[in-house]
Amino acid sequence: MNKNSNKYIITYTSVMVIIVAAVLSFAALQLKDRQASNVRMEKMGDILRSIGKGEEANSVKDKFVYITEEYDSYISNTYTVTPDGNVSNGDAFEILLNLKAEYDKPESGRNLPVFEGTVDGKKYYILPTWGSGLWGPVWGYVALEEDWSTIYGIILDHASETPGLGAEITTPAFQNQFKGKQIYSGDRFVGITVLKGGAEGNAHAVDAISGGTITSRAIETMLANCLKNYGEYIAKQRHEEIAVSVNEIESEPLNTNEDE
Amino acid sequence: MNNTEKEPLFSAKNRNIFLSPLGSNNPITIQILGICSALAVTAKLKPAFVMALSVIAVTTMANLIVSLLRNTIPARIRIIVQLVVVAALVILVDQILKAYVYDVSKQLSVYVGLIITNCIIMGRLEAFALANNPWPSFLDGIGNGLGYGLILIILGFVRELFGAGSIWGVKIIPDSWYISNGGFYSDNGLMLLPPMALICVGIIIWITNSKKKA
Repeated sequence: MNKNSNKYIITYTSVMVIIVAAVLSFAALQLKDRQASNVRMEKMGDILRSIGKGEEANSVKDKFVYITEEYDSYISNTYTVTPDGNVSNGDAFEILLNLKAEYDKPESGRNLPVFEGTVDGKKYYILPTWGSGLWGPVWGYVALEEDWSTIYGIILDHASETPGLGAEITTPAFQNQFKGKQIYSGDRFVGITVLKGGAEGNAHAVDAISGGTITSRAIETMLANCLKNYGEYIAKQRHEEIAVSVNEIESEPLNTNEDE
Repeated sequence: MNNTEKEPLFSAKNRNIFLSPLGSNNPITIQILGICSALAVTAKLKPAFVMALSVIAVTTMANLIVSLLRNTIPARIRIIVQLVVVAALVILVDQILKAYVYDVSKQLSVYVGLIITNCIIMGRLEAFALANNPWPSFLDGIGNGLGYGLILIILGFVRELFGAGSIWGVKIIPDSWYISNGGFYSDNGLMLLPPMALICVGIIIWITNSKKKA
């Protein structure tokens, strides 16, 4: 047989491609569930760590069981909100799995996840964020205290920032700086600014990573861009007393209608 | 009886095929192949180890498969066939890492995919597997993978120890040594950056070359 004839080459490549495709799709199908559950575990673990739970995930025997148990006992409620401040009926976790797609939508069409954590009777609101770093995506989970302004904890992660420089955003040294900082000044959203030194004592700023300025800036931008989508909803929560009284006024005419 | 059967499998020639990439013909220090990934994934020991295992698996299997197919591969498209074999194996490895060691696969990120372009693999396929029987090719694959892995692990060990004060993620340098705790020691951040890896590779090459001459 002439191995250099076109017929032979075409047959050879066709058979080869079909075999390779079959092997790869079989492997992908077999491993799909495990991979998906790894991604879910990672996200659940990050949510827990933002409120200081689930820290022993790497030392326990069964990480999956541990994370699931911790998640079930501390994350008390999940829902989604729209940028105009209403609660919508989205599956918060499903949206979190593809947060980028949600932020790619026009602002009016977004449903943004909120995770409510309860630890020792205190409520925390965990807001996932997503943005662009220097080399690839960066993302994070901001846990706010009941006043919707004080940061209780933050978990930041990245896909491909420079090790030793931008990648330092994942270290406790950087993330602990956010604790106790305020994203609101009075009623005005200010977010968290990243400064080159001198952030100590500033309620709205943290120190940048030396050598990782672009990644640090990216975190600042990510927090501002993502948290502002929750602005209307947070404003509503922060003025709950007013909202309650408005509801009472609205419900009065209803009552009179019933009387008639 | 057993000895006579096994003899051809581990003959002096085959042993040499297997052992020479570990030292005298090391893919990194002598052939200067695969430097890119050697710099990129060795900041910590664990990803370096997983990367080494992945490359060993890919280079061994690719060598074996291409050697088995070598008499059927049309010469005009042989590079394409080699690429398809390597790419398929790399995708398999990537999928398995994502399913079983997710943390590490995240740290390795794009470098698993880049095994496809690792010169060691294509180099061994072209230079060895296309011209040799499956068994020597298999040994050549393992040998070169191990030779690559050996350097990766040395680099990972040195860089993690001096750059982060730990080995395999476990703290080795006592906390009380650090300047922040009143000690005298500080991690060398430069160790974690690629330039320092290149310098380390250079030192290893220097040592191996000077030994060779002696």
